[in-house]
Amino acid sequence: MDLITPAVGLIFWQTIIFLVVLFVLGKFAWKPILGALKAREESIDEALKSAVNAKEEMANLKADNEKLLAEAKLERDKMLKDATKMGEDLKDQAKEDARLIGDKMIEEARASIENEKNDALRQIKDQVAELSLQITEKLLKKNLSDDKSQQELVKDYMKDLKLS
Amino acid sequence: MSKYFYRKISTSLFFSILIFLFTFFQLSQAIGASEEGGSKTDFIMHHVQDAHEWHFTTIGDTHISIPLPVILYEKGHGLHFFMSSEFVDEHHNKIEKDGFYIDDHEHIKAKDESRIFYDISITKNVASLFISVILLFWVFLSVAKKYNQDPLKSPKGLQSVFEPIILFIRDDIARPNIGEHKYEKYMPYLLSIFFFIWFNNLLGLLPGAANLTGNIAVTMTLALFTFVITTFSGSKDYWKHIFNTPGVPWWLKIPIPLMPVVEFIGILTKPFSLMVRLFANITAGHIIIYSLIALIFIFESVYMGPVSVLFGLFMNMVELLVAFIQAFVFTLLSAIYFGLAVEEHEHEEHKEKLEKAPA
Repeated sequence: MDLITPAVGLIFWQTIIFLVVLFVLGKFAWKPILGALKAREESIDEALKSAVNAKEEMANLKADNEKLLAEAKLERDKMLKDATKMGEDLKDQAKEDARLIGDKMIEEARASIENEKNDALRQIKDQVAELSLQITEKLLKKNLSDDKSQQELVKDYMKDLKLS
Repeated sequence: MSKYFYRKISTSLFFSILIFLFTFFQLSQAIGASEEGGSKTDFIMHHVQDAHEWHFTTIGDTHISIPLPVILYEKGHGLHFFMSSEFVDEHHNKIEKDGFYIDDHEHIKAKDESRIFYDISITKNVASLFISVILLFWVFLSVAKKYNQDPLKSPKGLQSVFEPIILFIRDDIARPNIGEHKYEKYMPYLLSIFFFIWFNNLLGLLPGAANLTGNIAVTMTLALFTFVITTFSGSKDYWKHIFNTPGVPWWLKIPIPLMPVVEFIGILTKPFSLMVRLFANITAGHIIIYSLIALIFIFESVYMGPVSVLFGLFMNMVELLVAFIQAFVFTLLSAIYFGLAVEEHEHEEHKEKLEKAPA
């Protein structure tokens, strides 16, 4: 029976001491230990999370870079194409312009030649008229003296007349 | 490689010798006790129970023991304070002191039976209690210091021995049984009770040590702590489940309150089972080891010696396991009782409805 009869003294000491244990360990051991464990777990979680984020960011960055590169390539190709086209256009334009200017010059030359010719013909006509008048005048003057000499005279004049 | 190997061998050799010495020491204690006369198994009960002096062994007529302080509180008189060695004279005969004497069952009695007094002596168990608490403080305050220095550093030394156990109590005992939102409040108690019981179970296995956690007064006090905390953290639902259990036919409650009575008894049987379980397991372990040794005296044969030592050794190893298991079971059941007390059923249903509503 002694074995299962609780002793008052031991209950007394056990209660006091266990309360002391609860207080001291609770305040100076369990609180800092549990706090530190929690802090450590949180920091590990944080680190893992940030690693995942960094990985994601890296992937995004890489994708961005590739996109930029592709865009740059496209831009370059477009520019090259444009430049080639522009060069060709310019060449064509120049050819066309040259041809037009040439045509115009030929036309002008032709017109001026025509004008010169017309002028010359008119001057000839005027001179012919004048010469005819002079010849007529001289014939008229010679006719008055003799016939033969008159014909010789016409021939003479005609020799001088050159249809230039 | 070879250095590590030698270290391993020397460590295991050290522990083997230590365990062998323990068993041998217990044997020598038993021999000493049996020489005192009386029955061949009297020493078993003597060593399992509390005493006013710390007795190690008896060689011939010489008792090797440490006297402990006796403190008696007498009504109307005050405190009596003297050493337990004053109860015996130089020839080890029992004598009186201030009208008190120790009877054959280690109880202090007054010659005049009308005197009313309380025995709050520092007995062997109380002294052992002090030692265990000093050990607990030393171990856990030094571990806590390491955490205070740098909480983010990985554990080292003593810290790495106890951290997995602390995490085990937090993640496998407190969290699943009490609940994610409320477990933190109970962690200091659960950790304290676990390490208190475990340390004292282990200390009790040392040769010549007190059987503290195998003492009904100690286990009763610990169980009462759990009972008081459970009762004071009981939610409305907890009390409703006890006095008006839902889902039970009304004729079990009115006119004869059968269910409430059964449930109310249940409140009391929980701490009672805690008390008896720890007490019985630890005391039984001690009794088995001593009984194995007592076989030598019963058979009165020297050939029984090696058999007893081998079986005693085996039991000691088993007790190392039991020391942990009983501390774990006490802590686990305490956590389950707290969990039952703080559970709120209606709240959870309400929350579920709220969660379902927007979907």
